[in-house]
Amino acid sequence: MEQKIAAVSLKNITKTFGPVVANEKVNLDIYKGEILALLGENGSGKTTLMNMLSGIYFPDEGQIFIDGKEAVIKSPKDAFDLGIGMVHQHFKLIDVLTATENIVLGMEGKLNLKDAAVKIQQICEKYGFEVDPNQKIYDMSVSQKQTVEIVKVLFRGANILILDEPTAVLTPQETEKLFSVLRKMREDGKAIVIITHKMHEVESLSDRVAVLRRGCYIGDMMTKDTNAAEMTNMMVGRQVSLNIVRPMPINPKPRIKVDGLTVRSEDGIVKLNDVSFTANSGEILGIAGISGCGQKELLEAIAGLQPAEAGSITYINEDGESEELLGKDPRKIADLGVALSFVPEDRLGMGLVGNMDLTNNMLLRSFRKGRSVFTDRKAPRQLAEKVVEELDVVTPGISTPVRRLSGGNVQKILVGREIASAPTVLLTAYAVRGLDINSSYTIYDLINKQKMKGVAVIFVGEDLDVLLEISDRILVLCGGSVSGIVDGRKTTKAEVGSMMTLIGGDKNNEEK
Amino acid sequence: MIDLVAFIPRAVVQGIPLLFGSTGETLTEKSGNLNLGIPGVMYVGAISGVIGSFFYEQSVAKGGTMNGFLAVMIPLLCSLLGSLLMGLLYCFLTVSLRANQNVTGLAMTTFGIGFGNFFGGSLIKLSKSDVPSIALSATSNYFSKSLPFAGDFGWFGKIFLSYGFLAYVGIIIALIASFVLNHTRVGLHLRAVGEGPNTADAAGINVIRYKYVATCVGCMIAGLGGLYYVMDYACGVWSNDAFGDRGWLAIALVIFTIWRPNVGVFSSILFGGLYILYLYIPSGMDHMEFKELYKMIPYIVTLVVLVITSMRSKRESQPPASLGLSYFREER
Amino acid sequence: MKKSNREPLFHIAKRGTLPYSKVWGIRVLAVILALLVCAVVTTILTGDNPIQVYGGIIQGAFGSSRKTWITFQNVAVLLIISLALTPAFRMRFWNIGGEGQILMGGLASAACMICLGDKLPNALVILLMFVTSLLAGAIWGLIPAFFKAKWNTNETLATLMMNYIAIQLVAYFTVVWEMPKGSGKIGIINQDSNAGWLPQIFGSKYLLTIFLALIVTLGVHIYLKYSKHGYEICVVGESEQTARYVGIKVEKVIIRTMLVSGALCGLAGLLLVGGINHTITTTITGGQGFTAVMVSWLAKFNPFTMILTSFLIIFLNRGASEISTTFGLNQSFADILTGIILFFIIGCEFFINYKIQFRKKSRKEEKKA
Repeated sequence: MEQKIAAVSLKNITKTFGPVVANEKVNLDIYKGEILALLGENGSGKTTLMNMLSGIYFPDEGQIFIDGKEAVIKSPKDAFDLGIGMVHQHFKLIDVLTATENIVLGMEGKLNLKDAAVKIQQICEKYGFEVDPNQKIYDMSVSQKQTVEIVKVLFRGANILILDEPTAVLTPQETEKLFSVLRKMREDGKAIVIITHKMHEVESLSDRVAVLRRGCYIGDMMTKDTNAAEMTNMMVGRQVSLNIVRPMPINPKPRIKVDGLTVRSEDGIVKLNDVSFTANSGEILGIAGISGCGQKELLEAIAGLQPAEAGSITYINEDGESEELLGKDPRKIADLGVALSFVPEDRLGMGLVGNMDLTNNMLLRSFRKGRSVFTDRKAPRQLAEKVVEELDVVTPGISTPVRRLSGGNVQKILVGREIASAPTVLLTAYAVRGLDINSSYTIYDLINKQKMKGVAVIFVGEDLDVLLEISDRILVLCGGSVSGIVDGRKTTKAEVGSMMTLIGGDKNNEEK
Repeated sequence: MIDLVAFIPRAVVQGIPLLFGSTGETLTEKSGNLNLGIPGVMYVGAISGVIGSFFYEQSVAKGGTMNGFLAVMIPLLCSLLGSLLMGLLYCFLTVSLRANQNVTGLAMTTFGIGFGNFFGGSLIKLSKSDVPSIALSATSNYFSKSLPFAGDFGWFGKIFLSYGFLAYVGIIIALIASFVLNHTRVGLHLRAVGEGPNTADAAGINVIRYKYVATCVGCMIAGLGGLYYVMDYACGVWSNDAFGDRGWLAIALVIFTIWRPNVGVFSSILFGGLYILYLYIPSGMDHMEFKELYKMIPYIVTLVVLVITSMRSKRESQPPASLGLSYFREER
Repeated sequence: MKKSNREPLFHIAKRGTLPYSKVWGIRVLAVILALLVCAVVTTILTGDNPIQVYGGIIQGAFGSSRKTWITFQNVAVLLIISLALTPAFRMRFWNIGGEGQILMGGLASAACMICLGDKLPNALVILLMFVTSLLAGAIWGLIPAFFKAKWNTNETLATLMMNYIAIQLVAYFTVVWEMPKGSGKIGIINQDSNAGWLPQIFGSKYLLTIFLALIVTLGVHIYLKYSKHGYEICVVGESEQTARYVGIKVEKVIIRTMLVSGALCGLAGLLLVGGINHTITTTITGGQGFTAVMVSWLAKFNPFTMILTSFLIIFLNRGASEISTTFGLNQSFADILTGIILFFIIGCEFFINYKIQFRKKSRKEEKKA
């Protein structure tokens, strides 16, 4: 058999951030004409490793070989020169510039945007992308932005393509489209690395998988010779059960009634259009939809953070008395005696304060208690200790700023605080985004426990597999409208997936 | 009725130092550096030029004749050098050492004004003059020389052709800066650095170098504003604190112009006009105090413009997104 | 071997938290280095012996009991202004309008002294001075805060413009109230009756200011650290989104905090006019509204550390004005020295937060070779 050429070969790469070892003596080969899936839990050092290839970080120790020759990658520019391109998880795009301007950013020579736009069109035609070269980034949807990122990498003629969790924000249809593009690139002889948490994607796309655990390289295998369970065990290091339990709802009663809710953003774009549904106690109502289809606005409207143009949101308590929530801010809602908890999408930007320690973050929900002009820090301190202990939060102490903790631990603190106030309604947005399998299951478990207590849970998710497994009912949003509510136990992924794009597709056509 | 032919040239000469300052600060801010040290830089730019020409005039006075080319180039280069050093200092502290930009800027303003007044004072002592000022009228003649045929064009000549060469340099620099920002690769990269240094870095742009160069060039341009003030506007007379708060106004102008140097040409002249408007509003001899109230006009107008632009928050008229933040590639 | 030469010579990494002793060690070292540089600069510029110059500085600040008292009084005033700005800074509201807020406070008390000095009992005048000057400062802080809360208007520039408007207002009233006519200034107000002059306590005219400064220090510390308002300020400063999420009214907090900030600046104005100078000029603040920004930042917004930093600045200033007279230097020399020392202190923060790692490999190779 012919020996394949390693496009990239990493030897003994070590990288530390202060006391944290992100990568330790990692050896990894990446081949041409192959899609490699890089797997690992959060904090296992996948992104750090790839960042060293793309010149964002510089390794403390070790060597990198490109096409068999040792290379030193000091900066992203060196990486480009070596034909390495990376699509980052957080898009590296500048909002106020156009697609073309973003794509030619960092290149040399005279600036000629017209020629660049022509070349972009050619690339788009070759691989089947749709990009308007003159559109500003801030006007784009997430998948459009990602397309720009990929075109940017191709525009520079990259042969080695790294994608960091590219599907986290895409619909199943968009994902499939991306995958077909990637397969085309593989046929072109490009080396492709994809970082992902979703096992079914690994199975359907990749040729080979490599696993990292706690910064160390564990091993690699051909995708066709393995299965999801084996890969997961390698990542976690022990046996993991992949099933989410779904107990039957006990005595569900209407708790939140949304009727004809219409929300417009500040720029006048309709974000929610005549949305009506009921969330019951003791039940998990899943919300599915392409990102940016109004999930955020819906949750924020219920939580009192988003003014609405029309409609009503009614809260019905145990005794059947109802209260209107719309038009009230979070403080007024709390004053009504509505125990509403909200785990927002943006954990450190909204749910928690990154620079404050655990105690002060617990205080966020309780600081108003009591008549004294001074704050009481005793109760929050105890709460912080309790959350750390009960949810196995890994932290040096309760006086550590939360921004120093890993994503999973941050989320545990946030969820821990939100459920500590014994809510009757729990809103969660992308509760497990970016979390590894272990942490994700801790969170699912916490949410299920709340459901059993009779809490009405509204669970906005992006991974359809999870939504289908955890929700009692699923509400599908599309372009701000409800395209249907289905039974979580009976529906299929295909059904939900097509509902997610149904109306949106029509609407896009209408606009054009 | 205001005599426009007399008024406009005065507004222009008032506006030019502000134009230099705001063009310089715009370039600096486009790289994400909020340089509150501009008032200090302008003082340093002015005094460096004064020092250069003072010693040149002294050496000429001992014997020999004044060479027009040298008389212009020596103060010009001194001024550029002085403000370049200030720019390097600012960059070293905020870019290399990642210090807080607001505090560094304020410290530079303290330092720069002190520097200007200290050397100004020392030169005054050296020149043994009776009044607390230095007059460099010979050098100033070269700076404020207007086109020889300016007088032949009547009102047109007065309004457009009656200025010293630095005024035109200021306008040209502003227009060039505007072109570079909007139509060249360097400008695109610079805007990217200010909007998202992470992104620019990942795209292979040398963020540190862009920040350094933009800030230093910005400081040098601002320094020329100080030089223009002394050599042309003030007819070569340096007196301590005379430059006043023009540096701060230049920073305010940057927002006034929504980060566009070409708009700056007009708004700085408009501002210059507002600045001297009090001289033209009749107040009567027995109510001199109202003059003091009229002097508020430019500040009130700026405040109003500031509020109005913030009311209609357009994406394109926002400050560069990373303004005031220092950049560290390996931030986690 | 050749390849390794292409590696960067050193690279910078973020440090974990340093122990307190080391942090302060670095800062003290920076100040010492700064003093050395200042000494060199002094020698070059003046040809004087730097030790003599430093002796002169100490002489200037503490040379006599009167000088010492004035030094402490000035520290107290700068401290109050710095403390006044601190709540706003904690909220990430860059209030550089201290100058204007002080001037307005001073103007209000001057107005009370001039217009009411001979009409009302002295105690009532002083009471009114307190009320009006705090109010005037607060209003001057309120205006930019309102714009910020309502339309997110850039506060740095808005407060800056408010400074100039205040200066022109003072200039206007200087002409209106000028004494004697045509002099262009307001002399000492109520020189004969001393109406509206703040009282001396314990027989010293300096102690009142110093006592007030200590009270304000303690008050601001407690307000920021332990009160609900202080907590809200912190949350708003860190993230407005989070503040909204927990039901804090961001607009209200911005306005309330700037009222506090402006009022405290107004208090400083009252002390400057009613307690220290007994007159008002457009330059009475002496740029302390700006200096206080640095004082507050250098102290990392900690009220107690601010005592130290404001002392450092005043000490240099007082000392430098002394040497400027004894050595025939220019008064502005103080600003140059202050600038140099500030640069060092600002720069040294880098070594507290980051560490520089030099190329490892080459060192190993050198050892092998």
